[in-house]
Amino acid sequence: MNTTPKAKSVFIGSLRNNPDLDKWIVIEPDGVIQIQSGKIEIGQGLRTALAMVAAEELDIDLSRVRMQMADTELTADEQVTSGSKSMESSATALRYAAAECRAIMLAKAAENMGVDVDSLIVEDGTIKSPATNAQTTYWDVMGGEKFGQKATGTVSPKPASAHRIVGTEPERVDIPWRVFGPGEGIGDALFMHDMERPNMLHGRIIRPTHQGSRLESVDPSALEAMPGVVKIVKNGSFLGLIAEREDQAIKAAEALAEAANWTAGEPLPNEEQIYDWMVSQDTIDNGVIDGAHIKDAPVEAPPPKNAALTLEGMYGKPYILHGAMGPACAIAQFKGDALTLWTHSQGVFPLRRALAPVLELKEENIHCIHRDGAGCYGHNSADDVALDAALLAREADGRPVRVQWTRKDEHRWEPFGTAMVCGARASLDADGQIIDWRFDIWSGMHGNRPKFHKEQTALLAASHMDTHWKPQPFIAAVADEAGEHRNASPGYDLPVCNIAKHFVANHPFRTSSLRGLGAFANVFAIESMMDELAHASGQDTVAFRLRHLSDPRARAVLEETAGAIKWDPKSWTPGNAQGIAYARYKNFAAYCAVAVDITIDEATGVITVNHAVVAGDAGEAVAPNGIKAQLEGGVIQATSWTLKERVRFDPGSITSTDWETYPILSFRESPEVDAIVISKKGDPFLGVGEASQSPTAGAIANAVFNATGARLREMPFTPERVRAMLVEAGKR
Amino acid sequence: MAEKFTLRVNGAEHSVTVEPDTPLLYVLRNDLGLKSAKYGCGEEQCGACSVIVDGERAFSCSVPINEVTGKDITTLEGLGTKNAPHALQTAFIEEQAAQCGYCTSGIIMAAKALLDANPDPDMDAIRTGLQDNLCRCGAHGRVLKAVQRAAKALR
Repeated sequence: MNTTPKAKSVFIGSLRNNPDLDKWIVIEPDGVIQIQSGKIEIGQGLRTALAMVAAEELDIDLSRVRMQMADTELTADEQVTSGSKSMESSATALRYAAAECRAIMLAKAAENMGVDVDSLIVEDGTIKSPATNAQTTYWDVMGGEKFGQKATGTVSPKPASAHRIVGTEPERVDIPWRVFGPGEGIGDALFMHDMERPNMLHGRIIRPTHQGSRLESVDPSALEAMPGVVKIVKNGSFLGLIAEREDQAIKAAEALAEAANWTAGEPLPNEEQIYDWMVSQDTIDNGVIDGAHIKDAPVEAPPPKNAALTLEGMYGKPYILHGAMGPACAIAQFKGDALTLWTHSQGVFPLRRALAPVLELKEENIHCIHRDGAGCYGHNSADDVALDAALLAREADGRPVRVQWTRKDEHRWEPFGTAMVCGARASLDADGQIIDWRFDIWSGMHGNRPKFHKEQTALLAASHMDTHWKPQPFIAAVADEAGEHRNASPGYDLPVCNIAKHFVANHPFRTSSLRGLGAFANVFAIESMMDELAHASGQDTVAFRLRHLSDPRARAVLEETAGAIKWDPKSWTPGNAQGIAYARYKNFAAYCAVAVDITIDEATGVITVNHAVVAGDAGEAVAPNGIKAQLEGGVIQATSWTLKERVRFDPGSITSTDWETYPILSFRESPEVDAIVISKKGDPFLGVGEASQSPTAGAIANAVFNATGARLREMPFTPERVRAMLVEAGKR
Repeated sequence: MAEKFTLRVNGAEHSVTVEPDTPLLYVLRNDLGLKSAKYGCGEEQCGACSVIVDGERAFSCSVPINEVTGKDITTLEGLGTKNAPHALQTAFIEEQAAQCGYCTSGIIMAAKALLDANPDPDMDAIRTGLQDNLCRCGAHGRVLKAVQRAAKALR
């Protein structure tokens, strides 16, 4: 029998490209099984979910699992932990790898015991032969050896009906470390920031305050009298220092910053008119007509002849920050030509590939070891600080160097989430059904992560060094659901859908992946327009959506959400109303609907989100509590983005350099959020980490309209904007 | 010039030799190896560095060492352990009130200070008690529930 074609057709996630079983499962001698993944924990509970999946297939107690996340010497190369793909790619891989390892060990046991392998059962790693009363264990069978073979992917995992662990609610294995502090056995759950290495030095980087500034001169004599300063490192416009103690490094960095002279930077556009600026830029255009990609933006055709109603709207999303609570940190140490890096990068393998040419090292001589970071929500400064640390460590005579970015560094220099403008135009026929849809998107770059290249770099320090390194160019995303295209296609049954993408290549700021990518702005615009169409045609906004949604899973999240918030237009009063929105993340990942109940203080313009309900369908729920946490967290973060957040800048520089100038949602303002998980055993995993953010913006915008009869189309919905909207609508 | 200072942290005396204006945060983390208090902003805006000094919440990123000699300093490590957890720690685990967990230490210490001053806070008082702590992941709902739960357990 030829099983190979069957194996190729089964989806086995990352196991396909990383078939070496020893990269996934290690039977340790001490009654423990080390489960390895090329993904990382970013606060989404992945460490626990993966442990659950593996323990399930291996028939061991969860307490026997020791998790090992991404490490370039130990684990599979699973690229970057992003895109809400980890369950799909890594959990699926572990499912198949664990099932196959179990089968291999049972076959060995059966041979040793002289029994039929199908007669054996496994209980918590003990292999029993009921017929002969003989037993052995995984650990005795393996005797400390490795599997030494590649996965075939032909051993089927357990049927969902046999699940004992998957779908239950164990506590996350790493939360105790956060609640008690680091301790024995923490492994790679140790925060990068909390790590110490023997004989460690402390580094700080002095960066310009203005975009595009170059270092003209620096007078190092200011540091001569300062205790503990080991070295100043200067390479072109890259300027850093190393000191014995962290407090010494901080003081020296302040002094060195004073002693450095920078050229004037590049002028920045007017922040107040950033949306007008976006649509007036030269763009690289491409488009999609009814699902087919075309090279240029489709010419805007007039609405169809049978259109009874046509509405247009322009919607804006500003530059926003990842804004990690823990500014970026890394430790680097050289031993000759070999570099060890401890990093919270989302992708240790791509980072290694990107670092090698910049540091002129062989890739195989760079060892990147992941340690947990603060939540990063995408490509932030984690990769940049790794290069910073390596550049300083190169000058440190083999001592490890720890670099910590400051809050100001983080707010000025992390890659931002790009500003976006979306233009929607839609038509209804006389029956109130959508018959035409045109969507224009203006956007900067979303996915600008570090890659291997001989001349281009995404790493901040490299483009400041006095070398040939040019910044990775800004490139339009053309693939389906990539970058600015993410959720550009409304998740509704539309007979016509034309999308025009206008990529703004000349951006004043470095931008890269921020949770949700283009989906946040696109769904904000789409869900606002859906409500506008419903209102203009006298239809209930939930009913209007349902009439354009045939997918039963989509209908289910929407109906569940509406029911749970007790959707009732009759209950709305001036200044207090509900709003609702729906999207399926990437149009193929998790389904999600969000409804909010808000109050608007007309005197101050302050919007308070009192209560939110979010229903998500992420396929089979391995860890339902983890899914709830992601749904809740996404709603709260998106509420902050929608109501408060924007990068501020004046003509010279970023001015939002701390939490006062870049306020985020506080404990006084956070809504009560009820999350509902819809799950069916056996359904494939659907990524949920980014699913609830994009409908949140639409839900809030729609609630604002329902409470005031006026519509906000530019985020953030600051009190000033709300007051201006009310004045314009004649309400104030 | 570095000077010798004696600190009382989590009930134990420690001797450190540092510059007098060294923020307590770095002494705790780097000299005493107590890593739970975190650097988040260095400007008293995020609360990740929160510890308790003589019963009040202090932003350790901005408190110079020479101002806390002779005072009682408590960090998360001194609040409780896996074998003898504080009610707040138990509650945070029961409510799974953390995502990345970077803000957790500072929030628990702020909550401790709140409950010490007000053992029966309503939700509004809890929100106010945490208004100088930031969480970026959106664990707010669970955090508030955890503090409420701990308050009940302690009463």
